[in-house]
Amino acid sequence: MSLDERPGLPVEPGEDTLQPSSRIPWWRAVWGDRMGRVGLVLVIVVLALVVVGPMIFPFAASSFGLSANSILQPPSGGHWLGTDELGRDVFRQVLVGGQISLLVGLSATAIAMVVGAGLGLVSGYYAGWRDNVLMRITDFFLVLPTLPLIIALAALLGQSVVITSLVIGLTSWPQTTRIIRSQVLSLRERPLVLRVRSLGATDRRTIWVHIFPNVSPLIFANLVLVLAGAILSEASLAFLGLGDPVHVSWGTMLHFAFTSGAMSRGAWWYVLPPGIGIVILVLGFSLVGHSLDRILNPQSRGAR
Amino acid sequence: MSVRYLARKVFSLAVTLYAVATFNFLLFHVLPGNPVRLMARAGHLDPAAVAQLKQLFGLDRSLPIQYLIYLRDLIQGNLGFSYVYRQPVTTVLGPAIRNTILLLGTATLLTIVVGVGLGVIAGARANSRTDTSVVVSSLVLWSLPTFWTGMILIFICGVWFHLLPISGINTLGYSFTSLGHLVDLGKHLILPTLTLALVNVAEFALITRSSLVDVMSEDYMVTARAKGLRRRVIVWRHGVRNALLPIVTATALYMGLVLGGAIQVEAVFSWPGMGLLSYKAVLSRDYPVLEASFLIFAVAVIIMNFASDLLYRALDPRVRQS
Repeated sequence: MSLDERPGLPVEPGEDTLQPSSRIPWWRAVWGDRMGRVGLVLVIVVLALVVVGPMIFPFAASSFGLSANSILQPPSGGHWLGTDELGRDVFRQVLVGGQISLLVGLSATAIAMVVGAGLGLVSGYYAGWRDNVLMRITDFFLVLPTLPLIIALAALLGQSVVITSLVIGLTSWPQTTRIIRSQVLSLRERPLVLRVRSLGATDRRTIWVHIFPNVSPLIFANLVLVLAGAILSEASLAFLGLGDPVHVSWGTMLHFAFTSGAMSRGAWWYVLPPGIGIVILVLGFSLVGHSLDRILNPQSRGAR
Repeated sequence: MSVRYLARKVFSLAVTLYAVATFNFLLFHVLPGNPVRLMARAGHLDPAAVAQLKQLFGLDRSLPIQYLIYLRDLIQGNLGFSYVYRQPVTTVLGPAIRNTILLLGTATLLTIVVGVGLGVIAGARANSRTDTSVVVSSLVLWSLPTFWTGMILIFICGVWFHLLPISGINTLGYSFTSLGHLVDLGKHLILPTLTLALVNVAEFALITRSSLVDVMSEDYMVTARAKGLRRRVIVWRHGVRNALLPIVTATALYMGLVLGGAIQVEAVFSWPGMGLLSYKAVLSRDYPVLEASFLIFAVAVIIMNFASDLLYRALDPRVRQS
């Protein structure tokens, strides 16, 4: 950035960043927003329960196979959230299942971000035929119905945490590409970028040093929303019986609850907790995402 | 709408449809997981049997030849033969498509009416208390997994209070007069429709809201207010009519989402449509049915997008002229 300080190259204020507010750390900006603060609290509570919970809460020993009396028991002192169709402790399963849901959501999002932001940067920076081809492909994947595609891929490739993450990640990128591309398109016409390029900076350097830092807040805001969507996708996929049968996520728990007839036996303690976990986590992330979005685009906050 | 524009649109639709057909082929014929491998996994299969099965499914030919055969069958309307139902896939699909259209049609109507209504109420008074509560409840509804919402409704309406039927499309073993049959069908329709509407209403509420908020700050809205028009006239005649355009685009995007919702809702409520069919096909690895379902889902979304593009152009004079 030292180029900008040379005499004869005046810098207009704010032209080298997206928004002045992007200088404030994101968590402080989100915390200042009421919706964002609620979202952060929800996410932190779920994270604490799911990551630390299994280490500190006492669990009754799983007693499956011992007696038919222990299956689908309502909540009690021994089993805080009752037992499942095999007599296992539901509370423990909910905490551990949250880890799997979160793990799949995070890895799928990481894949989607690398692909989505990468294609968006390339497509927006090199306008012309590369942009044309990439946008055709992006639009094609944008119209494909996501869940049917995920289901088809998972049914063909198999059921494991890795495959589920890959399948969701590789189908969740087109929206990100679109958003990043349109931002890069406008950035590359800014005086700063034009100047740097005319001084002979390589494309790679221009993208990494001058464009990427300016779109990264946007990528981050989008990441949180993609993460919320990925957690929902994983839950739906697992509910339909395509989750990892060994590493049981919240969606897989609900699949077993549904197929084992826990519903008709009125086992609400088996059905409510995993679903509430999904809702709180997804709501938390989408509140943070919307709050970030409002911070980055103040004009969309609405007329008073 | 000019003929040239229409021709270009139709051409691009044809290209997209061809691309989807090819993508579908790549998905189901090139990715690992062919039917012979599936059958051989269960036990020992001697090489002769493998060869015979391969010939039966046409897997002994080279991929380009398989591709050409696939395209020919597609043009002739032959979607293959279901492993499970032992019937041509098209026979299995027929009634399922009809039931899904019934469910999605009802649900979409309800979703759009309620969603746009909520969006208008919120957007007309941006940042008011009503606005905030619509936005927050939309975000909560958006966070609900479709299948879980259905399960909760089953608990409330089926298990705790025996209010409504929770499974299937009509009551078995009853004979009905035609009116009674319709009422029965309607009762079975309520919970799946309600589930889909609850989960998807947020999409429309939020888009309508932000579109109306943008419109409300336009100069002509200031003029309308300065003319002393009544608030209702300002909001509905000047505001909403101009704010509705993004909703046309939103509907096309919603189609891609709601098909995923239909699979979950139909699985939960055993609604005998495309969703339940593909859910069962997943469980029994009935690849021909799965392949046809995916193709039909994709084609439906593409055609909806095409229609919404045309509608958008017909509705917006600014786009029409440029």
